[in-house]
Amino acid sequence: MKKIFTLLLAALMVMSLFACASANEESEGVMTHEEYVAAELDTEVTVETYVQANQSWWNDQITLYTQDEDGAYFIYNAACSAEDAEKLVPGTKIRVNGIKSEWSGEVEIIEGTFEIIEDAEPWVAEAADVTELLGADELADHQNEFVAFKGLTIESYTYTDGDGAHDTGAAFAYGWNGSGAEGTDADLYFQASVNGETYTFTVEYYLCNETTEVYEAVRNLNVGDVVDLEGFLYWYNGANPHITAVAPAAAE
Amino acid sequence: MKKLLACALLAAVLLLAGCHGSTGRQALEIPETFDETKPIELTFWAKNDTNRTQVEIYEKAIADFEALYPNVTVNMRLYTDYSRIYNDVITNISTNTTPNVCISYPDHIATYLTGSNVVAELDGLMADPNYGLGGGKLKFDGPGQDGIVSQFLAECVLGGRTYALPFMRSTEACYVNRTMVEALGYELPDTLTWDFVWEVAEAAAAKDGDGVYAANGQKVMIPFIYKSTDNMMIQMLRQKGAGYSTDGGEILIFNDTTRALLLDIAEHVRAGAFSTFKISSYPANFLNAGQCVFAVDSTAGATWMGSSAPLSDIPADQFVEFETAVYPVPQFDPEHPQMISQGPSMCLFNKKDSQEVLASWLFMQFLLTNDVQIAYAETEGYVPVTDRAQSDPAYQDYLARAGQDKSLHYDVKIRASQLLLDHTGDTFVTPVFNGSTSLRDAAGQMIENVTKSIRRKQTVDDAYIDKLYDDMTSLYRLNQSGGGVAGVTRADLGPLPATAAILLSALGVTWLLIGLYALKQAAGKKKNRKIT
Repeated sequence: MKKIFTLLLAALMVMSLFACASANEESEGVMTHEEYVAAELDTEVTVETYVQANQSWWNDQITLYTQDEDGAYFIYNAACSAEDAEKLVPGTKIRVNGIKSEWSGEVEIIEGTFEIIEDAEPWVAEAADVTELLGADELADHQNEFVAFKGLTIESYTYTDGDGAHDTGAAFAYGWNGSGAEGTDADLYFQASVNGETYTFTVEYYLCNETTEVYEAVRNLNVGDVVDLEGFLYWYNGANPHITAVAPAAAE
Repeated sequence: MKKLLACALLAAVLLLAGCHGSTGRQALEIPETFDETKPIELTFWAKNDTNRTQVEIYEKAIADFEALYPNVTVNMRLYTDYSRIYNDVITNISTNTTPNVCISYPDHIATYLTGSNVVAELDGLMADPNYGLGGGKLKFDGPGQDGIVSQFLAECVLGGRTYALPFMRSTEACYVNRTMVEALGYELPDTLTWDFVWEVAEAAAAKDGDGVYAANGQKVMIPFIYKSTDNMMIQMLRQKGAGYSTDGGEILIFNDTTRALLLDIAEHVRAGAFSTFKISSYPANFLNAGQCVFAVDSTAGATWMGSSAPLSDIPADQFVEFETAVYPVPQFDPEHPQMISQGPSMCLFNKKDSQEVLASWLFMQFLLTNDVQIAYAETEGYVPVTDRAQSDPAYQDYLARAGQDKSLHYDVKIRASQLLLDHTGDTFVTPVFNGSTSLRDAAGQMIENVTKSIRRKQTVDDAYIDKLYDDMTSLYRLNQSGGGVAGVTRADLGPLPATAAILLSALGVTWLLIGLYALKQAAGKKKNRKIT
């Protein structure tokens, strides 16, 4: 009797070793992030990832910022019902199948479909501090990740067109050249400097509209403020971070 | 008592008869006089090309109009995307909260017209002797009865009635890196043909074993990029004399010419010669970086094109020096060029208050005055839609100064406008009907799908095209009989709302009771006569 019991316990222990898997272990047929990065453009990919944020649902499609412990995936215009959109809260684990594509330097999954992986432990990324990578080629390695920029100084927003450079004197603009307006769906643009260089940041309206804290925070910025920023490292012909939080810089 | 009861029943019947499920509005009755003592607030939904100057022109137009009509306040809401305006208008129709005036495409207006009298018919307003075009009581100098360029007005006529006015007009242009064409050993002809463009594009697609393109010494080259593939298909079919649709909405696009065009495009994609905006990005970004030879985009995107483009999304250090040529889109028959006419139009929404509608009409007309037309046309490769603005000395002087600076007189922009002025007679518009937007989307999507499939190393052959036709028909509902002339054919409204069902039932019951009562009365009288 004791022998049988011991054997049973041993068998259970062995089985439990197989059953124990990290929260991020991919299911069969699913790529690792490394495999996704290595995949050719215009090829079919399947990944499992965690929703971090989404742009507003529209026309049976949704755009998702997703990430897991190994890296990020930007899911552009995945097929999605209004009902499912409500379920895609931050931390939700999904399996996405689509086509790997690149548009203006932004690597993304297009024509995607997804299924929510029920009963998965939620996972939300912490912002990786990439302040020192601003302006460096290595910043691209963090494309689409949730990142932070710390201790930046808000500059007067300046844009350039055929008439030259226009210094608005303001801390932000509605639209890249001030062509938007309050009360519209205009993105907010602002500039901040660190280490002697100035960079442009965006509050993407369909990610964070006028009802969000960050939209209001940016509208209340003053030139000279020193701030910490968080957001998703979107790419459009270069780094184009979509900012989701602005706060006074933490004291060192 | 019985008479009272009968009257009450009759009144109830009349009330019920007045209740119906229609959301239709009353057709406009043009007031004899515009009441300038009545405060009126108008909502204007405007589209701009993320162009600060365009916004300032709208703001000035509003201020100038309000100065003429102090009782009117115009509140503007800005959009940068036509589809967003369309979506918001559709949403607001059901709640009766549409704007007064809206910048829109005629295709979209056709859908708005599925509601009864939602969009105001303009023929009566245009012809009104007091407040119509050139009307005697206008406080501004607007275009006369025949003052709008007829080819531009044509797109605004739906089902024989005018439901919009053009605001600005543009066409598509092919912006060419002439320097690269000549370096490849070719000379640009007077008119670009499809054969020429494909041949040069394929020549530019040659690269060495390291993936470096001979044409530009870079690892990126998309020789021919098309911004709006719906226009690409529409123009190719028109140039070939092939079917797209009838004026009444019969779908003709799924034909052998379309098939041949798609299979041909597939071959050029396979050769690395072609891509689209949706797949690769803005043609301007590649053109300006020396990574594209032929970039097709609207003339209203001209300020983004060329080595010295005033506007750009790529860093300055990525620009390459080259000479930019501006051509009409490629042609199958260079002797008879055909190109699409496009651009923003304006429509006016019916309201209960006819003074409010008249005020909206006056504002809409004001946007056709020379100051507004010329100023806005100068912001991009647009042309004014009125003859008087086009021939105005100030506008002619502007055209003559092409190249004087790289901003207001940016030469590529002015040449793009001149292209449309020179070819106005070669432009065409597509039929507008309920569903024309879907057909247009399908036209472009077929090119997108073929291009993507080749890039994904899938087989594109006749079987593929057969399936593509089926998929497009299904996805865009092109096999439903919901087309027809806008404003005449009613859309399927779905099941009867519950309240309407209850009211109609009550109406039926009331008539039944009236009938029974009348029968009872008649029977009673008959009985009395028999007794007596």
